[in-house]
Amino acid sequence: MSSNMLNLEAKLSSKIFDSDIEMVPTRNGYGEGLVRAGKENKNVVVLCADLTESTRSHLFAKEFPERFFEVGVAEQNMATIAAGFGISGKIPFISSYAVFSPGRNYEQIRTTIAYNDSNVKVAGAHAGISVGPDGATHQATEDMAIMRAMPNMKVLCPCDAIEAKKATVAAAKIWGPVYLRFGREKSAVITTEGTPFTPGKAEVFWQSRKPECAIIACGILVHNALLAAHDLEKEKIGTIVLNNHTLDPIDDRVVKEVAKKTGAVVTVEEHQITGGLGGAVAEVLARVFPVPIEFIGMQDIFGESGPPHDLVEKYGMGVKDIKKAVKKVIKRK
Amino acid sequence: MEPLHEGKLKHLEELATGIRETIIETLLEAKSGHSAGPLGMADIFTALYFHILNHRPKKPDWSDRDRLILSNGHICPVRYVTMAYAGYFPIEELKTLRKINSRLQGHPHRGVLPGVETTSGPLGSGISQAIGVALTARLDNKKYFVYCVTSDGEHQEGNAWEAIMFAGKQKHKLNNLIVIVDRNNIQIDGFTEEIMPLEPFVEKYEAFNWHVMEVDGHNMTEFVDAVNEAKAIYEKPTVIIAHTIPGKGVSFMERDFAWHGKPPNKEEAEQALKELRTLGTRIKSEHE
Repeated sequence: MSSNMLNLEAKLSSKIFDSDIEMVPTRNGYGEGLVRAGKENKNVVVLCADLTESTRSHLFAKEFPERFFEVGVAEQNMATIAAGFGISGKIPFISSYAVFSPGRNYEQIRTTIAYNDSNVKVAGAHAGISVGPDGATHQATEDMAIMRAMPNMKVLCPCDAIEAKKATVAAAKIWGPVYLRFGREKSAVITTEGTPFTPGKAEVFWQSRKPECAIIACGILVHNALLAAHDLEKEKIGTIVLNNHTLDPIDDRVVKEVAKKTGAVVTVEEHQITGGLGGAVAEVLARVFPVPIEFIGMQDIFGESGPPHDLVEKYGMGVKDIKKAVKKVIKRK
Repeated sequence: MEPLHEGKLKHLEELATGIRETIIETLLEAKSGHSAGPLGMADIFTALYFHILNHRPKKPDWSDRDRLILSNGHICPVRYVTMAYAGYFPIEELKTLRKINSRLQGHPHRGVLPGVETTSGPLGSGISQAIGVALTARLDNKKYFVYCVTSDGEHQEGNAWEAIMFAGKQKHKLNNLIVIVDRNNIQIDGFTEEIMPLEPFVEKYEAFNWHVMEVDGHNMTEFVDAVNEAKAIYEKPTVIIAHTIPGKGVSFMERDFAWHGKPPNKEEAEQALKELRTLGTRIKSEHE
């Protein structure tokens, strides 16, 4: 019997469990998505705060120089200029590292973008501990909590470069403020062009015949969740893996459904376990279908410098940590 | 835009006095809000809404309208009252300021009240929003002007100088942007030059490559002429530093920072209204 229970309808990469899987940073998907969105709609404009190449905004700048605005090292100014664009008919994307935007410019985003209902897309690159050697100052691990708490703000955290591109193109078509979260490091390309993607709709990527636990993940750690599910299947522990790319508004229907089917949940994110995906899932389930939950993510602690993969392991977000959490939560049923 | 002739000036001055009276009445009814800034800016708002702006009060979303962005949202009583006088909404509605279920929020909110271009209150971020709107006009080949009213105190915010730096970059050619600074020298904690000096203010803006003018903020002819000059400047954005008297028109509020953030009580309002009702005569004698 095969231990591969990938959902065929999700049309995922055939190489998910191979060591030679293609590795591309999600920020590349952002850059390519911007160019596509810019071609589709002449009202798309892009702003960047002195991180043009690193956020991959340079691809748009090259294609549409008249619609690209370099603001220098000034994230507050970038957010508020974008707010002005967004209230006058443009669709601005602002690009920086997530620690600076939405970190440095939180209040500007709150007042002039979210409350002002300005059609701005905030792209936070270099999110999560996988930023690596730059250290904790540059590893955003609270950004989703900040943005998820903000009324009027949608929050998307794509799982790979292909999904990142789809999310960027989709964000341009969504009315109103959107936060997009991307990573720095190369990460596994687990989806394909054919993988379904609709903002607000969580997708089942793995479905065992008799699942005992649902692993709800977002961002680049969806890959680790799938690797864990694959290993657990060999140990005859069935799971469901949900790619929950949209944290706000969260797909509460599907979250409830997988909790009901399994009776236990593990959340997986490259973010503090408070306020992000874990928080969002717990809030839904506490209301509609309480089950035991274990939280994989940063445990109320800052990161440090180091190789990305090693940091993910050190801070408890590796495959073995997910497997351990699944076994623990099943026992708690 | 026509310069102000004597007849129109007289009409606008009377209007500004009426607007000051209504500000006092509105603040008394609201029982909270800011007094000094709104009174100090009544002449400039009157000139903007009744002479300078190209706008249609009955069609507030007209796409070619001039945009007036209020950066220091706390002086919104003067904007609300002037807008009501200009016909954006019934004067009666001013009684709802700061009350529950009102369109007149304590600090202005876009969307609930047509004609309010941005949500504002947190200081220092109006100029950059005005820049975004002005750049949109550039990209769309629109001819409208973007006016941004700011306070002097909010120039202590870093965001303000980030915006001033950006706008001064020659490449952006933001000649459709006109910033008006209410230079009234006060802020909540005291006088600006004691709290955190802004001078030399003119030179600072000039160093950032802006066209700078100074006017008496209570002389509408001077202000209108300055706006006309600003519109004629081709290569850079303009800032008009308007020297105003906070609390203008009410003797016991004038120049006193204690009136920055509080409304008059009943007795104070009566006294203020009495003074304002004789202001016309006093202005006339000053002119003579």
